[in-house]
Amino acid sequence: MIEIENVHKSFGALEVLKGIDLTVEKGEVVSVIGGSGSGKSTLLTCINGLEPINTGRIVVDGTEVHAASTDLNRLRRKIGIVFQQFNAFPHLTVLENVTLALRKVLGKSRGEAEEIAARQLGHVGLGDKLKVYPGRLSGGQQQRMAIARALAMSPDYILFDEVTSALDPQLVGEVLDTLKLLAEEGMTMICVTHEMNFARDVSHRVAFFHKGVMAEIGAPDQIFGAPERPETREFLSNVR
Amino acid sequence: MFDTSLTLNDVWFMLKGAGVTLAVTAFAVTGGTVLGLLFGVIRSQVRPWITLPLIFVLDIFRSVPLLIQLILANALQAIAGFQISPFVTSCIVLALYTSAYCTEIVRGAIEAVPKVTRRAARSLGMTWGQDMTQIVFPMALRVGLPSWIGLTLGVMKDSALILWLGLIELLRASQILVTRLQEPMFILLVAGAIYFALSFPIARFGAHLERRWQEND
Ligand SMILES: Nc1ncnc2c1ncn2[C@@H]1O[C@H](COP(=O)(O)OP(=O)(O)OP(=O)(O)O)[C@@H](O)[C@H]1O
Ligand SMILES: [Mg+2]
Repeated sequence: MIEIENVHKSFGALEVLKGIDLTVEKGEVVSVIGGSGSGKSTLLTCINGLEPINTGRIVVDGTEVHAASTDLNRLRRKIGIVFQQFNAFPHLTVLENVTLALRKVLGKSRGEAEEIAARQLGHVGLGDKLKVYPGRLSGGQQQRMAIARALAMSPDYILFDEVTSALDPQLVGEVLDTLKLLAEEGMTMICVTHEMNFARDVSHRVAFFHKGVMAEIGAPDQIFGAPERPETREFLSNVR
Repeated sequence: MFDTSLTLNDVWFMLKGAGVTLAVTAFAVTGGTVLGLLFGVIRSQVRPWITLPLIFVLDIFRSVPLLIQLILANALQAIAGFQISPFVTSCIVLALYTSAYCTEIVRGAIEAVPKVTRRAARSLGMTWGQDMTQIVFPMALRVGLPSWIGLTLGVMKDSALILWLGLIELLRASQILVTRLQEPMFILLVAGAIYFALSFPIARFGAHLERRWQEND
């Protein structure tokens, strides 16, 4: 369970998160939608402790992320994240991209790591690209590799940050299908997304962010069918 | 083509000078690179105001002419009674000089690694050290290598200045022969060829690595 309680976060004088409260249960898929700069990416990087927070707390399975005593490297093993921007390790092959953390972080043998990596890469349709360097992959393939890399660690939670936003429209489908499959398998996910159809079809709840505040959260039918807040209505009328 | 009185013995004399050049360069580049790596990592990872003294000292090594540094260092060690040989003094001064440039190369190369790539590494549970050794260094190496090769070749040529401390390296050896034989053109041509022969493998090695890395992009 991820518990986010009254989280405030600033970059210098700019307050990006203004008191976020959100609880994500095991097995739940929560989509986060909202305008550019509303703090969606920032929230995700706070959840796995890549960014510090100013006040409030984030608790993952009883461990407070930003407590000084927390072993973040250990905690991060169970929270996967796939970033908005491409983030392959360019000097490693696709297979090595996935095996690196399996070996260095989880201490698996090379053989075991390669077996897990090959399986995960096969899952996302990259079974024939194991020996290729990321520079040779299309954008969609790079993102799917990043997904496989995160999944190979067998995380309990996975955070997706607009994994389709940097892709050509024809590549979006293949990545969304991968995410859908994961959701059906019962993975706990927080997906920041601009794909409203995806949010409606796949998530249990949809959260709408507006200027650092979670303006509204509810079931997809309610958010898309009968939004309560004027900001939500306006945002949705603009994206459709 | 050339009617020369340069004997095999004289060529051997020049080659011994080249040996000194190579030895000083090797020590300077090795020491300078180790220090440059250390300082470069500190410069890129630690807040600027903490590293201000380091930046200041390295700036001195970069801006004061090498000749002045060599002569001052040699004089100061003599006054202080350290009795360090001119060769060792040269190696130390050149190593510090190299480290000042190497620090900037390392810092620039490390800062060229995209933040999101490093975050991806950390998000997988890798420690800071693992991120540095597995991700940052290999990626930075590809960025920094051409400049580092340039620095190494530059230091090899700059090392000629140690002749002012009385060391007989390649250029000094050539000078001595020029004075004796009065054949400046030919002897300098030979000296140039030897410098080239020393540099060429290093430059080729760098080009080879770059080509191999490019195949992966
Ligand atoms: N490292 C940083 N330093 C300073 N400001 C930052 C930093 N990261 C983000 N910001 C600012 O914080 C605000 C929120 O950024 P964030 O990336 O969380 O928005 P977002 O909701 O993900 O937007 P988008 O949909 O465009 O990705 C923006 O105004 C951004 O400029
Ligand atoms: Mg974002």
